[in-house]
Amino acid sequence: MDENESTTLEITRRTVIETGTTALLLTALPPAALAAGPLDKNEPPPPSAIVTLQINGRSHQLTLDPRTTLLDALREHLALTGSKKGCDHGQCGACTVLIDGRRINSCLTLAVMHDGQSVTTIEGLAEGENLHPMQAAFVEHDGFQCGYCTSGQICSAVGMLAESRSGMPSYVTEDLTHPVAELTDTEIRERMSGNICRCAAYPNIVAAIKQAAGTPT
Amino acid sequence: MKAFTYQHADSTAHAAAAIKPGAKFIAGGTNLLDLMKLQVETPSHLVDINRLPLDKIEETPDGGLRIGALVRNSDLAADARVRQRYGVLSRALLAGASAQLRNKATTGGNLLQRTRCYYFYDVTKPCNKRNLGSGCAALAGFNRIHAILGASDHCIATHPSDMAVAMRALDAKVETVNGEGEDRVIPIAEFHRLPGNTPEIETSLKPGEIITAVTLPPPPPGVHVYRKVRDRASYAFALVSVAAIVDSTRGRIRSARLAFGGLALKPWRAPQAEEKLVNASADTATFNAAANAVLDGARGFGGNDFKIPLTRRTLHSVLAETTRT
Repeated sequence: MDENESTTLEITRRTVIETGTTALLLTALPPAALAAGPLDKNEPPPPSAIVTLQINGRSHQLTLDPRTTLLDALREHLALTGSKKGCDHGQCGACTVLIDGRRINSCLTLAVMHDGQSVTTIEGLAEGENLHPMQAAFVEHDGFQCGYCTSGQICSAVGMLAESRSGMPSYVTEDLTHPVAELTDTEIRERMSGNICRCAAYPNIVAAIKQAAGTPT
Repeated sequence: MKAFTYQHADSTAHAAAAIKPGAKFIAGGTNLLDLMKLQVETPSHLVDINRLPLDKIEETPDGGLRIGALVRNSDLAADARVRQRYGVLSRALLAGASAQLRNKATTGGNLLQRTRCYYFYDVTKPCNKRNLGSGCAALAGFNRIHAILGASDHCIATHPSDMAVAMRALDAKVETVNGEGEDRVIPIAEFHRLPGNTPEIETSLKPGEIITAVTLPPPPPGVHVYRKVRDRASYAFALVSVAAIVDSTRGRIRSARLAFGGLALKPWRAPQAEEKLVNASADTATFNAAANAVLDGARGFGGNDFKIPLTRRTLHSVLAETTRT
């Protein structure tokens, strides 16, 4: 197989998802069809809302059913499928993104509540081909098995390091009046408890975060 | 999720006036949207209050703090004044939810969060809180997380907040304004209601009344502890929690404040227990007397019987810790 052939045959999972989502968008379904949760067919769709989101440095204007969660706006309207829908109830952390640098569950917020704000998703962390230090550390330490929770883990860990560097204490911090000198395993585990890994890759996730914590970003 | 219309509010008065029957405020939304997805909550209109200027923490003239209703749980926990002077509050906030949720959840919204009773969440089951008169499925159901104090035959749910338990120990006050612009101050003891025969009414807020701030009086002297006992080490609701502020010297207790989470439909203060501690020596007999006073009238419903000895043991441990020096 020569190089050209391999390029033409390289249809990645991402290509399939992106093509599929674009096709879906082109069928011009009413916005209500893409909103979260079951819909009542007898009920007319509510008036749409226009929202501008700065996502990974690019401005996007969307016309949305107000019910659309930020997660669904990212995945279903913008084909940014890196953020995952796990529980859809804020219990697993797979949907974690950064809003103005702070980590939140994108499944438990409406896109219309973030008009004008900056959203960073897993797709926005790397600079070109250079992985973010947290991504590189997860690869180096094998901080995943199936990978479904990984983008949430990484976004959460990036937000967590920013919090700890600004002096945020945690429930296990001994002395609330002094900033944490070092992110111990116990501190990392407590601060990352909003991200569940069903494969239980926790030891490697903790090791990856510990390494990234020592790398200036 | 049921369809709703949505608006931003530009001012507190505008927000309060925008509340018509079926409308709700949304701030962090972490509890409301969860319940809307399950159709436990079905508002027809949402008034987004996130742009209101209620996100400051200010010193009050008497040496206390005034916390804006939109101050996020993480910002309140990390505030240097709260960490230094109101350690019990900082600890309680950090014990609650996950970091992602604390970044979103607000002070006002935390007070208004709904119970985590499984049957309240399951719209196929009877629940007097959701549907008054339908009955309480928890009474004879799986009631491990339910109330042992202040419950009624109509509802045995608990209030899930950690923050509110610390605020109860600190004698916080809730400031509100209504659509007519009238202010009101509600002591936190009167803010949450026990179920009685009206479990659907959870707070003393009136329709359209909006929380603007929570004020804390100057901190009482003593050691601050928030102890939370739960089914996993982090990110779980309390089975039993204790907020304690105890001032003691050489084994003698001068003053004590105790509030409990996980036991009732409101943060539970135990003044009779506090009386047993004042001017008493910090020993097992005193701690027992305090525990007896807290648990006076406690009643289990089968699955939650364990909470009675668990409360006793947790209180013992907390009192031993706060009187160690």
